[in-house]
Amino acid sequence: MEVAQEILNAPSVTKEAVELSGSQALLEALIVEGVDTIFGYPGGAIMPIYDALYDYHDKLNHILVRHEQGGIHAGQGYARTSGKVGVVFATSGPGATNLVTGLADAQIDSTPLVCITGQVFAHLLGTDAFQETDVINITTPVTKWNYQVTDATEIPEVIAKAFYIAKSGRPGPVLIDITKNAQIQKFNFEGYTPCKHIRSYRPKPIVRPQYIQEAAELINAAKKPFVLWGQGVILGSAEQEFKTFIEKSGIPAAWTILGAGAIPTDHPLNVGMLGMHGNYGPNVLTNECDVLIAIGMRFDDRVTGRLDKYAKQAKVVHLDIDPAEIDKNVKSTVPVWGDCKETLPLLTELIEPKKHTEWLAKFNDYTSKEFDAVIEAELNPKTEEMTMGEVIKQLNEITKGEAIIVSDVGQHQMVACRYAKLNKTRSNITSGGLGTMGFALPAAIGAKFGAQDRDVIAIIGDGGFQMTLQELGTIMQTGVNVKIIILNNRFLGMVRQWQELFNERRYSFVDIQSPDFVALAAAYRIPGKCISDRADLPGALNEMLNNKGSFLLEVMVTKENNVFPMVPQGCSVAEIRLK
Amino acid sequence: MSNQDIEKQEFNITVYTENQIGLLNRIAIIFTRRKINIDSLNTSPSEIERIHRFNIVITESEDVVRKLCRQIEKQVEVLKVYYHTNEDVIWQELALYKVSTDVIAEKVSVERLLRENGARAVVIRKDYTVFETTGHREETDNLISILQPYGLIEFVRSARVAIIKDSDGFNRKLREFERLEPGEDVIENEYLNKGDKVFTM
Repeated sequence: MEVAQEILNAPSVTKEAVELSGSQALLEALIVEGVDTIFGYPGGAIMPIYDALYDYHDKLNHILVRHEQGGIHAGQGYARTSGKVGVVFATSGPGATNLVTGLADAQIDSTPLVCITGQVFAHLLGTDAFQETDVINITTPVTKWNYQVTDATEIPEVIAKAFYIAKSGRPGPVLIDITKNAQIQKFNFEGYTPCKHIRSYRPKPIVRPQYIQEAAELINAAKKPFVLWGQGVILGSAEQEFKTFIEKSGIPAAWTILGAGAIPTDHPLNVGMLGMHGNYGPNVLTNECDVLIAIGMRFDDRVTGRLDKYAKQAKVVHLDIDPAEIDKNVKSTVPVWGDCKETLPLLTELIEPKKHTEWLAKFNDYTSKEFDAVIEAELNPKTEEMTMGEVIKQLNEITKGEAIIVSDVGQHQMVACRYAKLNKTRSNITSGGLGTMGFALPAAIGAKFGAQDRDVIAIIGDGGFQMTLQELGTIMQTGVNVKIIILNNRFLGMVRQWQELFNERRYSFVDIQSPDFVALAAAYRIPGKCISDRADLPGALNEMLNNKGSFLLEVMVTKENNVFPMVPQGCSVAEIRLK
Repeated sequence: MSNQDIEKQEFNITVYTENQIGLLNRIAIIFTRRKINIDSLNTSPSEIERIHRFNIVITESEDVVRKLCRQIEKQVEVLKVYYHTNEDVIWQELALYKVSTDVIAEKVSVERLLRENGARAVVIRKDYTVFETTGHREETDNLISILQPYGLIEFVRSARVAIIKDSDGFNRKLREFERLEPGEDVIENEYLNKGDKVFTM
């Protein structure tokens, strides 16, 4: 990772010992780590840190969120667009427990975060003190690493380890719990040295030429090779290496939703999206290819469908930085354990330049079938009511694929991922592994802070928006420029779709009512508009994008549309349904 | 019995770790999350100062054990994980038995039985006597059934401790880990060590 490397090479900052409090030492450490933005919410047990922060407001931009879950999702959005570590502050007890959903989300989506929680005084630990909770044990399953600091002298070393662990290897969330006494305690601060090595932790393996060689032989002999790529390409900043690899090999490549955007949507070898609501060709042809090359992806069940009928005919080359992912779900023929930024160029060197014209044409055949059966009706509907797809299509025409798209979870997420045009990497921010409704609004705020020069557009359902809508307050107070599109189908659409298809239309508690979203936004002094006529769509989208600050656009879409294609649960990818 | 049950057998997982609060929980939840029962778990110092050693016994198929070991090794404070079948290790469990001293005094056969089973008296008091034996599960189990008719008052058995037959210890590996640039040992993995019974990554 480029960012990691830069920091590794940075000279250690050593000053003469000065007496600092634990809180001051923490903030000094953050500055050396290059932190510029913190998402947080104060409270009793973290007050000494907030008191110290009062003197650092010119160096550290603290964003006051409205709920700690909003804070951590914002941290995730920031990390995903900037490539840096997201930093989140929360107090003890409820502050800390409110982080748990975001930690789980960051853990499964490999997002680098350092979360600092306040904790009661060390002498009160275990006494059921006010706002005491056992945050270390609660967060152990959902963090890459966590640690409780009870003595200020530990802070420099622990924070250095936290950043190193969060961003190196397969990134992930780290939580540091600091007792109040350690925040207050003064000690001789002898400077801050970023961590470069932990003897029990080996984030990056040495590349083994033997496997690169074997992988290249398989690829060179393949008649119908197929590349699947995931977020590993983006996390490893290996977009260019990846592009060179597929262009030389001429292999069609499909993406997981977290991998989307690593190469542009309209790249000729980009054959589309994998998985349950992915494209027709990539799913069907997974079970026809002869060599499957998986790069920085983990064969999630939403991608593989039924595992015992998944790509059984293919030899599998799996490139991943995390050895625990190799053979976890899909047995690999050749495991290429390593950072794909290093392994891909070595592989590219050994492969023969090819053009798999006929094989690629097969993907295009499936695309036209899918277009006729699904895409045409979704993007160019003849119905009176609007579809989600046409909103995305119209948006593409205006943004030209330059915007960052942040989506929530549900039908609109699948539609956004399927149809949004992405020209650049780090442009598709969504909750992939955990499927956290309520992710998008706070993540979009963080995404904008992480990429100030880009347009950030949050696409959210009427259900998910109501889970974290309090973050409109954060938008109001910070003036951050986030465009919000609510695709309102007056249903919890994805659950409704499943109830329609698999539960005989027994619509059980999916009929959700919404407030007047435009009036709600207005209460937060955010301009907005609600449209239900197709004719108003281009104008409204332009108005939203041309507005100087944030804008909320509610689009009423048809109530009972289904997302297709679909690989029903328990079915193989080849059994993908077009209707 | 399904095929998977047939493949299941006891595996001895050896974990070398840093000595860190909370690590036991981090390792234990790798099993509990997958609803896998830990048959036996022992933590102790290792041959190296400040390096801890876990001995974990589970009954599972090798495929599952291998995946679990990778998840364990992924934890930041874990240095190295090995797994072995019972044939690959020397293992012992320690058991204590409390019986009434009167019964032993009255029935000479009891003392003979205890001696025959390798037990030795740890404490002899007026009211009770505590015997100790070490061995494999069957041996310590066997003594329970022998003592049961004579009024076994209390029984306890320790977790299993196991020494790996084919191991040179951990000192040399640790020195590798301490280097900034990892050497061959650090990057070895099972694919390069197919012949070895020792699991390494």
